Amino acid sequence: MIRLRINGQDHELDVDPATPLLWVLRDNLNLTGTKYGCGIGQCGACTVHLNGQPVRACSTPVSQASSFEVVTIEGLSKDRSHPVQQAWIAEDVPQCGYCQSGQIMAAVSLLKRNARPSDADIDAAMTNICRCGTYTRIRAAIHKAAAMMGDA
Amino acid sequence: MTRVTRRRFIQSSATAAGGLMLAFHVPAFGKAKPFDAATGGSEINAWILIDPDDTITIRVAQSEMGEGVMTSLPMIVADELEADFKNVRAEYADANRSVREGGVYNRMLTGGSSAVRHSRPYLQQAGAEARERLVKAAAERWNVAPAECYADYGKVYHRPTRRSINYGAVAADAAKVSVAGVKIKSPRDFDLIGLPTPRLDVPEKVDGSAVFGMDVRLPGMVYAAVVHCPVLSGTLRGFRFNAVRDKPGVIAAVRLERGVAIVAETFWQAKTAAEALPIEWDIGEDGRAFSDSMQRDFVAALDKEGALVDNQGKAAETMDLADKVIESQYVVPYLSHACMEPLNCTVQVSPGRIDVWAGVQDPLSALKAAAETAGVAPENVYVHNCFLGGGFGRRSHPDYVREAVQVAMEVGQPVQMIWTREEDSRQGQYRPMAAIRFKAGFDISKNLIAYTNHSVTHSILSGINPDAVKNGVDPTSVEGLSNMPYRVANKRITHTIKNTYLSAWFWRSVGSSQNAFALECFVDEMATAAGMDPLHFRKRYLADRPEMLNVLDQLAQKSGWGKRMAYGSAQGMAIHECFGTICAQVAEVTVTEKGGLTVDRIVSVVDCGNLVNPMTAEEQIESGIVFGLTAALYGKLTIENGRVLETNFDTYRMLTMAETPVIETHFALSGGDKWGGIGEPGTPPVAPAVCNALYRITGRRIRSLPIKDYYLSRA
Repeated sequence: MIRLRINGQDHELDVDPATPLLWVLRDNLNLTGTKYGCGIGQCGACTVHLNGQPVRACSTPVSQASSFEVVTIEGLSKDRSHPVQQAWIAEDVPQCGYCQSGQIMAAVSLLKRNARPSDADIDAAMTNICRCGTYTRIRAAIHKAAAMMGDA
Repeated sequence: MTRVTRRRFIQSSATAAGGLMLAFHVPAFGKAKPFDAATGGSEINAWILIDPDDTITIRVAQSEMGEGVMTSLPMIVADELEADFKNVRAEYADANRSVREGGVYNRMLTGGSSAVRHSRPYLQQAGAEARERLVKAAAERWNVAPAECYADYGKVYHRPTRRSINYGAVAADAAKVSVAGVKIKSPRDFDLIGLPTPRLDVPEKVDGSAVFGMDVRLPGMVYAAVVHCPVLSGTLRGFRFNAVRDKPGVIAAVRLERGVAIVAETFWQAKTAAEALPIEWDIGEDGRAFSDSMQRDFVAALDKEGALVDNQGKAAETMDLADKVIESQYVVPYLSHACMEPLNCTVQVSPGRIDVWAGVQDPLSALKAAAETAGVAPENVYVHNCFLGGGFGRRSHPDYVREAVQVAMEVGQPVQMIWTREEDSRQGQYRPMAAIRFKAGFDISKNLIAYTNHSVTHSILSGINPDAVKNGVDPTSVEGLSNMPYRVANKRITHTIKNTYLSAWFWRSVGSSQNAFALECFVDEMATAAGMDPLHFRKRYLADRPEMLNVLDQLAQKSGWGKRMAYGSAQGMAIHECFGTICAQVAEVTVTEKGGLTVDRIVSVVDCGNLVNPMTAEEQIESGIVFGLTAALYGKLTIENGRVLETNFDTYRMLTMAETPVIETHFALSGGDKWGGIGEPGTPPVAPAVCNALYRITGRRIRSLPIKDYYLSRA
């Protein structure tokens, strides 16, 4: 049995401890907001937080996640009210949208570490791939979210 | 504390559909109100449903893969309908209904940048007819003449008495009345069309609730992982299921023509078992194929006579008389689409009925493929289209649908089949390899007097629609070459089809993706040979194309063409017309002292005639640029021993945030009847604009892609 705390809820699961957290989220818990893109930790579509730190769930065995607080896109807010989600809506960021859960989770984590990131900080932190090329809008949305969070 | 010991997780909601109990999400867009026919909504026509609370559901027959059709197409309907767009939500049109009702949804393919170009007139008509029915029904209720009434912003008004009634209150009656001879608006009367409008699908895409094909969950659903022969043309000889049968969760193995599927309770179990499965392949002769030698064969074929595409004046004779002749050849590799969401499809087989859930670019071809595979009449196949995690052409091929149906038929349970990223990359349907040669002759005054061009390309259409290949020419292979816009009295354009064991498919901007690179780089070579600035050379030989001249003039101004650049930096330009749209770009590029490359800024000027949603149009140009720049800098599939080497993002590199230039997009709309495509035209000019800038820095021409294969140094 693996114990997991996800989005504030406790779970006990009968899964192989080597299973990547991604597939436990998606197939065992039906938290499908976290996406499979590459399976090798390259694209970041599966980004979730372990104690606030961004990790690539496709390359994180579920056993490793059991001692942390896991937050997925579904746990960010109940009503899309997180400033990063609001900024994403304001900047009309998503196109196909498949990578955006991971992008948002990476951005939230960046803003936790750095309330006013520069463009260079954003370049360094945001390594997630977006095949639709929404990068310029992601950048604008991160700046907007930083401003919103600063005003709050 | 919830305790989940088995993976069986059944969603709480269930809907009855055709006697089947299925629990699934139908992607709903905009106003967050799940569609439910039981709310008493009235269907005004096949495209429009109005609920008593004024919610308007507009059906969309094209696929949402990022290009914004779930917003732009409803805007077209809503403009004629005089709807309050705040009350509009969008949902997919039902392909099965189109099959049963004589093609009521017309073409359902999303490709060729055609969503607006193709469907605008009949979507306007659907909206206009619905509006007139609402007006007529309201007039009948008030017992007044319809001519005294008008529709505005979700209400029908009676002019003399200033009475009004909401659409929702009159919709049920409107569904019953009929109208005839309804005319659609002309562009000057548009209210909504042309207004920057936020996408309806954005809210669902920021909280993880948007349902992509891979997110479909059905009661009792199991998962399939497929291993295909590593050589595309190879087949399955045999496998030893006993070796993995007892692994956790494993349910079944399904023999496929080119591979084997392992079905298990979770995808991870299926994938790990499939990877451990002992398999024997019939690799065949193509196991000796190398992309380097393919490319040499393509180039060698340039020396042979090709099929005639266009012949004007006396190109060969004039070339012989020319004072100066330049000749160059360009090559491009095969490319994969690399959609962010690897290909997947979920299928439920019931007696006499097939249900398919997937993100597809053509629900009708997916439906047909599923019907053929299962041996079921098309009327009994239901394709539930989902959001597409990228398409770029790839999801218009139904190979993954066919395979999932095959697996589900064997298993007797709903199955979600997922191709891993690596499998997805290996399954062919690539942007074609091509070799393209140009020759240009100049007279003593450096006027261009003769032009010849021969291209050798893997044909897309020879595989799927051989009738479209006329006189040895696949028109998709010569897009941009056959209609070369520069004026020259003597020109001869020829083409040779050269196919390999790999399969070629439509890839964002299709033939233009390689042909614009070659042609627009050669145009810069011609400008150099003529001793002219690239802008002036283009303008001179495009003198009879006023819209192109206008685009170039605006581009020169917006980009500051010719401005002084720092040592190591330069501007490069390209212009290309495809899918009815002209797009010209200036790229500003820097080569560092150590040979590093940065693309700093890309300025575009676009003439697509008219725009529906300027917001999504601008986003599409940005998207096309990143797509084109990725291919220009990094895109290449290497074949060794018949196997594709680049199967994941560690080797098939994608542009990242840090590498993305500043992007500025301007529209120079020529209006009139022109409604050009917008999903693809941003892609073709990027590679030549960057390569032309690089020439000015390095003094070397880039004549093959990707650029990463070159050693760059400042001249």
